[in-house]
Amino acid sequence: MAERGRGGPASTVEPGTAERAGRLRRALRPLASLWLLAALLLVWELAARADPSPFLPPFSVVAARFGEDWFAPAPGTLLLSERFLDAVPVSLSRLARGWALAAVLGIAIGVLLGRSRAARALASPVIRFWMSVPGVAVLPIALQFFGVSDAVSVFLIAFGSVWIIATHTADGVAGVDPGWLRTARSLRLPRGALLLRVVLPAAAPSILAGLRVSLGFGLVLMIVAELYATTAGLGHDIALYQQTFRYPEMWSAFLLVALLGIALNGAVDLVERRVLRWRRRG
Amino acid sequence: MEITIERLAKRYGDRPALDPISARIGQGEFVAVVGPSGCGKSTLLMLLAGLLPAGEGRVLLDEVPVDGPPAGVSVVFQDYARSLFPWLTVRRNLALAAVAERPARAELEHRIDRALRSVGLPDTAARFPWQLSGGQQQRVAIARALVAEPRVLLMDEPFAAVDAQTRADLQDLVLRLREEYGVTIVLVTHDVDESVYLADRVLVLSPAPGRVLRDLVVDLPAPRGQLVTKALPRFAELRAEVFRLVMRPVDGAAP
Ligand SMILES: Nc1ncnc2c1ncn2[C@@H]1O[C@H](COP(=O)(O)OP(=O)(O)OP(=O)(O)O)[C@@H](O)[C@H]1O
Ligand SMILES: [Mg+2]
Repeated sequence: MAERGRGGPASTVEPGTAERAGRLRRALRPLASLWLLAALLLVWELAARADPSPFLPPFSVVAARFGEDWFAPAPGTLLLSERFLDAVPVSLSRLARGWALAAVLGIAIGVLLGRSRAARALASPVIRFWMSVPGVAVLPIALQFFGVSDAVSVFLIAFGSVWIIATHTADGVAGVDPGWLRTARSLRLPRGALLLRVVLPAAAPSILAGLRVSLGFGLVLMIVAELYATTAGLGHDIALYQQTFRYPEMWSAFLLVALLGIALNGAVDLVERRVLRWRRRG
Repeated sequence: MEITIERLAKRYGDRPALDPISARIGQGEFVAVVGPSGCGKSTLLMLLAGLLPAGEGRVLLDEVPVDGPPAGVSVVFQDYARSLFPWLTVRRNLALAAVAERPARAELEHRIDRALRSVGLPDTAARFPWQLSGGQQQRVAIARALVAEPRVLLMDEPFAAVDAQTRADLQDLVLRLREEYGVTIVLVTHDVDESVYLADRVLVLSPAPGRVLRDLVVDLPAPRGQLVTKALPRFAELRAEVFRLVMRPVDGAAP
């Protein structure tokens, strides 16, 4: 899990050759991953051209399709296509509701567990059980309960995320530096201030790690739930195109999901950088 | 407040850290605790602060037994870096010291600014602790203790990380506090000069497990001053005496 002091001791020594090489490597890292991505896309392109199949169109075809599908400008839509506006807000709203629910519940459960060793011992088998149940397996049960509705997606996303957030929060809360807790005690902080000003900020690195991981899970579960249990949304679109043999559109929707994932991850990064400023020590 | 220590002892596991200690610290008195490293000075201070459960015996504050951090007591911890909250600005760190008593906003701001001015850091309120030097952080920790307007101030080597000039300033600040507000002060230090210069009494502890080797009354005239007091022959005598006790404590039987 997230370690303290990510800046590391290297940043305190005078800049030597190793330091400079490290900085260069850090600067090049995003580029390096882009190269890998480009190579993979090239392999896709070449493979699809070498052995044409309706199921796997070349990347260039998908990319062109992608532009048309999602960004064909219509009047008054900010460059986004009608299709985009029909699918993405619906899907994201489900993700937001499910994930927010999971965050609130998960942090609350995690704080309770983290503050009490006894509660942790009592609850950990239960949590381990639910954590090892793949969220997808709960889909039929959710369908039974909620019918084909928004609630299935929201429930599935929340269910698939809440345990990860709870365990990360519990770890973070249980690991708060005793020096800080002792100070808080000596200041006679009331419960609320103790939680909001000391415990949660101190556990924030771990909580944010849980939120980040769970967001990835949530995105997957959003798509899965939409494949089966909705009449709109990105997952629904993917299923529709697949069933109607519109493969380029299927891949283009798939690409959009991937980009959404990257964008959400970037958003968490930004929040994290802001909230955990104090861990970088200058 | 008056502090009464009754046969107070503490062990960690089966290792005794503090042998039974008894002492009385009067209202407004300034007591320094000195002793070799590891002899239990910090342990004693945590017991006085109600932050550790006593093994045996008890501590009374104005006749009331301590069984948790009491109101009106501020602590400056030895480990100042880990006692400030790095995610809060200096101002918010200081504000936490008054959360328990909920002063009006303007009053709180006033106290914070005054405390920061007293420790010579008037311009740091908006900064984060990790943006300050070690000595500055230590002074912020002292300022936080002042914000609560305590009646008892417990300090664990609070001047260890500051330069000589600042140290002298802070020493005189603490003397002034005692003068102006009648704060009762217990100061842990291993600076013998400091203990004699500041305190009304010096408790010299033995090596671990600590017990009181000597309860020495510092009969130097008030008001103390860095130049005047330290030039007195009596200062040199007392200093030598404490020094001897700390250095050669094994024979125990002090003269
Ligand atoms: N939490 C703890 N658990 C176990 N042993 C401890 C603990 N805290 C302190 N000790 C031990 O108790 C003894 C007294 O510790 P204490 O911190 O009170 O010493 P000190 O006089 O403040 O030393 P220093 O001058 O180095 O700060 C030491 O031998 C220390 O190893
Ligand atoms: Mg100590």
